[in-house]
Amino acid sequence: MSDLIKLIEAEYLSKVQENEKIDLSFKAGDNVNVYVNIKEGNKERTQLFAGTVIQRKNPNTNGETFTVRKISNGIAVERIFPVICSSIEKIEVTRRGKVRRARLYYLRDRMGKSARVKEKIVRKSK
Amino acid sequence: MSGLIGKKIGMTSVMTEAGQNVACTLLEVGPCAVTQIKTKEKDGYEAVQLAYGDKKEKNVSNPLLGHFKKAGVTPKAKLVEFKTFENGLQVGQEVAAADVLAEGDFVDVVGTSKGKGFQGVVKRYNFGGVGQATHGQHNRLRAPGSIGACSTPSRVFKGMRMAGRMGGERVKVQNLQVLKVLSDKNLVLVSGSVPGSKSSIVILEK
Repeated sequence: MSDLIKLIEAEYLSKVQENEKIDLSFKAGDNVNVYVNIKEGNKERTQLFAGTVIQRKNPNTNGETFTVRKISNGIAVERIFPVICSSIEKIEVTRRGKVRRARLYYLRDRMGKSARVKEKIVRKSK
Repeated sequence: MSGLIGKKIGMTSVMTEAGQNVACTLLEVGPCAVTQIKTKEKDGYEAVQLAYGDKKEKNVSNPLLGHFKKAGVTPKAKLVEFKTFENGLQVGQEVAAADVLAEGDFVDVVGTSKGKGFQGVVKRYNFGGVGQATHGQHNRLRAPGSIGACSTPSRVFKGMRMAGRMGGERVKVQNLQVLKVLSDKNLVLVSGSVPGSKSSIVILEK
């Protein structure tokens, strides 16, 4: 990609990267809590969407998105969020996953116990 | 119609304050050199001739080289006339992006569309094709169908839409909003897409 395009995008990306509430360190396999502002009539409230990140697309660009998958009442729900999004209030990483690939599409074919992701034990740096 | 000449750099997307994600194109616009000012007395009409892009001196024809030397500028790749420019421009002067364009302006962008090669009527003119794969159709799914009647007129009318070369022609896109002007780097961000490939020359008309 052209350096000049990166220059334009950096301005928008840095706003999100410098936002302390938004933790962008997650990867595929991690569990995240995404707090989204939604409008209902005149009222605005924050909704939580918690699940496993199954992919991050177009990293480090203005068009970067990530997909979060969760099982809600036995029904799988996937939601795609743009990283640069004014309605995202907060992102928390709740668990690091140990996975071997960047796109966890295989989780879609699995149910119950086999659809789990192993936890990655992060050793504290000395 | 004032305007400038520039180069397409590429596309990205930008989140507006209203929370909308807008696809936009980054253009390098100018600096353009004024090579000639046409007047009503001398040329019969008023216009300003701008030049953009560097070209090697050995690749410029002698008559054009003389034209550039007269204006006192280095040889340029593209020359365009603009009809109504604000007065006060002088030959040899440089015009930058910020002199003409401001954020929020609406511009028309002219470029040469990407060449598509020899294409059939479905892609070239949005014909529907046959629409069915069964009922006796085995090799005419994207065929144009009839191109006219029989013995009267016993010829095909001129301008009948048929397969042929597509793309590579002058295309104007109207009413693109200027989202951002970076005057120090001569960059302009416009909403929407712009005809042509990356690094192809575009004309912005305001």
